[in-house]
Amino acid sequence: MMRNDTKPLLSVRNLRTSFFQDEGTTKAVDGASFDVAPGKTLGIVGESGCGKSVTAQSILRIVDRPGRIVEGEIVLTRADGSQVDLVKLEANGQEMRSIRGGEIGLVFQEPMTSFSPVHTIGAQLVEAILLHNAVSKKEARRRGIEALRSVGVPKPERRIDEYSFELSGGLRQRAMIAVALSCDPRLLIADEPTTALDVTTQAQILDLLRKLQRERGMAIMLITHNLGVVAEMADDVVVMYLGRVVEQGNVDDIFHDPKHPYTKALLQSIPSIESVPRLKLATISGSIPHPFNRPTGCPFHPRCVSAIAGRCDKEIPVLQAVGDGRTVSCFLYQ
Amino acid sequence: MAELTVAAPMAGVVAEDRIAVATQWQLIWWRFRRHKLAVGGTIVLVAFYLVALFADFFAYVDPTESEAQRSLIAPQAIHWIDDGSFKPFVYGLKGARDPLTFKRVYVPDTSRKIPVTFFGHGEPWQVLGFIPTDRHLIAVEGAKPSEALFLLGTDTHGRDLWSRLMYATRTSMTIGLVSVALSLVLGVVLGGISGYFGGAIDSVIQRIIEILRSIPTIPLWMGLAAALPADWSVVQVYFAITIIISLIGWTELARVVRGRFISLKQEDFVMAAELVGCSKTRIIFRHMVPSFISHIIAATTLAIPAIIISETSLSFLGLGLRPPAISWGVLLQDAQNIQALVISPWLLLPSFAVIIAVLAFNFMGDGIRDAADPYL
Amino acid sequence: MVTYIVRRLMLAVLTVWAISVLSFMIIHLPPGDYVTSYIASMSASGSAVSEGEAAALREQLGLDKPITVQYAKWMGLILQGNFGMAMEWGRPVSDVIGDRLTLTMVISVAAIIFTWGIALPIGIYSAVYPYSFLDYAFTLIGFIGLAIPGFLLALVVMYVGFAYFGANVGGLFSPDFIEAPWSMEKVWDLTKHLPIPAIVLGVAGTAQLIRIMRSNLLDELRKPYVMTARARGLSEYRVIMRYPVRVALNPFVSTIGYLLPYVVSGSIIVSLVLSLPTVGPLLLKALIAQDMFLAGTIILLLGVMTVIGTLISDLLLMWVDPRIRFGRE
Repeated sequence: MMRNDTKPLLSVRNLRTSFFQDEGTTKAVDGASFDVAPGKTLGIVGESGCGKSVTAQSILRIVDRPGRIVEGEIVLTRADGSQVDLVKLEANGQEMRSIRGGEIGLVFQEPMTSFSPVHTIGAQLVEAILLHNAVSKKEARRRGIEALRSVGVPKPERRIDEYSFELSGGLRQRAMIAVALSCDPRLLIADEPTTALDVTTQAQILDLLRKLQRERGMAIMLITHNLGVVAEMADDVVVMYLGRVVEQGNVDDIFHDPKHPYTKALLQSIPSIESVPRLKLATISGSIPHPFNRPTGCPFHPRCVSAIAGRCDKEIPVLQAVGDGRTVSCFLYQ
Repeated sequence: MAELTVAAPMAGVVAEDRIAVATQWQLIWWRFRRHKLAVGGTIVLVAFYLVALFADFFAYVDPTESEAQRSLIAPQAIHWIDDGSFKPFVYGLKGARDPLTFKRVYVPDTSRKIPVTFFGHGEPWQVLGFIPTDRHLIAVEGAKPSEALFLLGTDTHGRDLWSRLMYATRTSMTIGLVSVALSLVLGVVLGGISGYFGGAIDSVIQRIIEILRSIPTIPLWMGLAAALPADWSVVQVYFAITIIISLIGWTELARVVRGRFISLKQEDFVMAAELVGCSKTRIIFRHMVPSFISHIIAATTLAIPAIIISETSLSFLGLGLRPPAISWGVLLQDAQNIQALVISPWLLLPSFAVIIAVLAFNFMGDGIRDAADPYL
Repeated sequence: MVTYIVRRLMLAVLTVWAISVLSFMIIHLPPGDYVTSYIASMSASGSAVSEGEAAALREQLGLDKPITVQYAKWMGLILQGNFGMAMEWGRPVSDVIGDRLTLTMVISVAAIIFTWGIALPIGIYSAVYPYSFLDYAFTLIGFIGLAIPGFLLALVVMYVGFAYFGANVGGLFSPDFIEAPWSMEKVWDLTKHLPIPAIVLGVAGTAQLIRIMRSNLLDELRKPYVMTARARGLSEYRVIMRYPVRVALNPFVSTIGYLLPYVVSGSIIVSLVLSLPTVGPLLLKALIAQDMFLAGTIILLLGVMTVIGTLISDLLLMWVDPRIRFGRE
């Protein structure tokens, strides 16, 4: 799969997570496999509804009822070198909870509502610190202020006692990052961290994330639908469609030599400064099928320009290696 | 919807199209139907209103006919099997002396079997006030119903409780409707004005609502009800009570309506309508009202049980409807005396009618509210 | 925040004034006045009251002056702490009401505590495990509680107590304590008798609150901050109790304010059935006898107590929800 020079920090294999409702079963993640290398950034791209967020939730074992991990393994390599399969742990057990927030942090996409409206930022920050470190309240508060400072919140000793609605969107997101980083995780999962922000703040937050990654050697799993952000931040990229990984590789390969028809179509649809003026923007025909309406065979084939009739609508392609550290899930390459 | 380039259409696609063209009301109806309790409640209520409409049919004697000798007879059940075949009957009653109290009591006379017929002949009455008939749900052959049928027993004055219950249902169920209609009008008008125009009018109406809500209602109602002249007729008292109850009850509906108007005012589609040049009236009635009518219906339905309980409570105290009016509360007045109740516990039976009606309204109202809420 | 408090206080004062006017109006609605019903009850017992006596009585009681003057006189007296004479009893109103008002409030508060104590945990459980068996069971019980009018429940309780235990479960005190002056033993006796009236009174409110808590909490549980709390590694218990429950409690606290008038109302009827020495039975008699000072004062005092209660609960809400403190909502 990935370049084998270092053991991956996180290794996801054949993850399947489904939601079991009265109306039917939704296969939110239907066979995802990828690795996260330590200290590097993995970008997970896809349209809304392709299962990126559920993947993140599955890794952290916080999938909401009626959802459940049905199959697969998520192997985390811990600081001491030992490995643990997160799927096998009790979702609310001691070990998983110490990993959650301690070794893996989460930054969410809605800074507006990610904080409790009736508690101060500080209360939530200190709580996280106390949970994963055996320190006194005073020490925890000091660390909290430091954490706020390190993410660029001005006057942190005052801000720590404020409520989330007193902060601007950008500051709130920084505070979110501070909370996620307060326990020095080795992996930070950032689920659409900049979607709710304006472009300037977006750039600042991305800078911040890069800086923190350099300083701490932490890996980042960046989930987004914004290809621009991926190009800027990611070292490796995973492309998802309808819950499956369709292509994977390092960022240069993916952007300059996309293999899967979906990746190609995605890249084509980005308006470019070099494109011919007044030409219609390229789009991907059709729209994402309703979750209860999954196409048979390859999930993308109804919208694929290179679909092979008779094969693509009947069989499901699997991820296969097509070069140095690259995998694609498409019959065109099998 | 997308044009899928797939050869065989899938069943799911067809179902989706059907949903895509259903009207708002169809959607609400479908969601309502899935709520089993709500549907059950509705069926029960339909039954209750049928009884209210055709009380004469369901009763078998005149509810005001009293006969001291027949006071406090225990309920006499219908026996269904006679000599192995389906021939419903009741036992005749004969007088006897209670060995402990030496009072005259009635006990079943097993030697006399009076056949019971359904949809049989009894006292004449008029359907909907003008079609004469003498059919009743339950009737007897070869005897007078007033001397033979005592399905729920009799009260202290010897009046048959079953028949009284039927007529009480009519009164109690309709008081709720009249009262809620008044509350609805007041609530929608005042709440609407308050919510739509905002500003000073809103403040004033809001203050009034808050004041009314802070006042304990029962003392207020007691005061108002006690103020009604003792010589007013039954009908006058009936309407006065409904007005009194609705004068306080409108506040809840007004709050709901106001809240809806306020949140709707900020919706983009309202602004769009204004920009297109619609008059205020048109905006209100054509654009805003349809989007919260279902909430109003739900709130109204949920307001009725409180009214029924209020009327029952007031009448129970002797401050609401009074005899010769018949309502559930009036029937329960007989149950005030605990000692009497221990001897004749069947006097409490009308309370089941109250409980079932209130439950049914609550279930139905909940069902409507859940079905109408787009965010659920 | 200060503006909010001031506004609430002004509203409270306004409400109290409105209640006083309303209570006064109510007493004067029936045609005739106390003297008329006095004459009626006199003639029912055989003695007659002459015109002259009636007129003198009227003047003595100030009943011959115009309404506004009577109201002013009444308010004046009240503000001096003089609630007037209970005409039928021949004693000052404050004597007659005496303990009863306090006892009314005691039962009401006890009912509210019971309501909260039951409704909160059940509401939380129902929201965290929706559609489970217990959730349905609680919902059903809640509905039944909602459907049974207070007086009916009281009746049933009395009936069961009487028929099966031969005991009179009504009343707030054991026979020895009824007339006794207040002491620790009397307070303890009261506490022993409180559960039944408190439960009977509280049941309907409980059902209501369970539903509100359940739906509030269900809404909050779906929000992102719950997920982030979980992502921080908090135990499920803490995730739920510290965050969404705290937030869901806010509208809950504001409902106490309106629970109080509801419960006080209900206590009137329930105390009639259970023969509790509270304000209820007294009010009924006063209304029937058209005893103006007594009835009016009772309604006024009840109203004032509930307004104070709602004021306290609104202030509590402000303390508990920082969003209101900062003028956000």
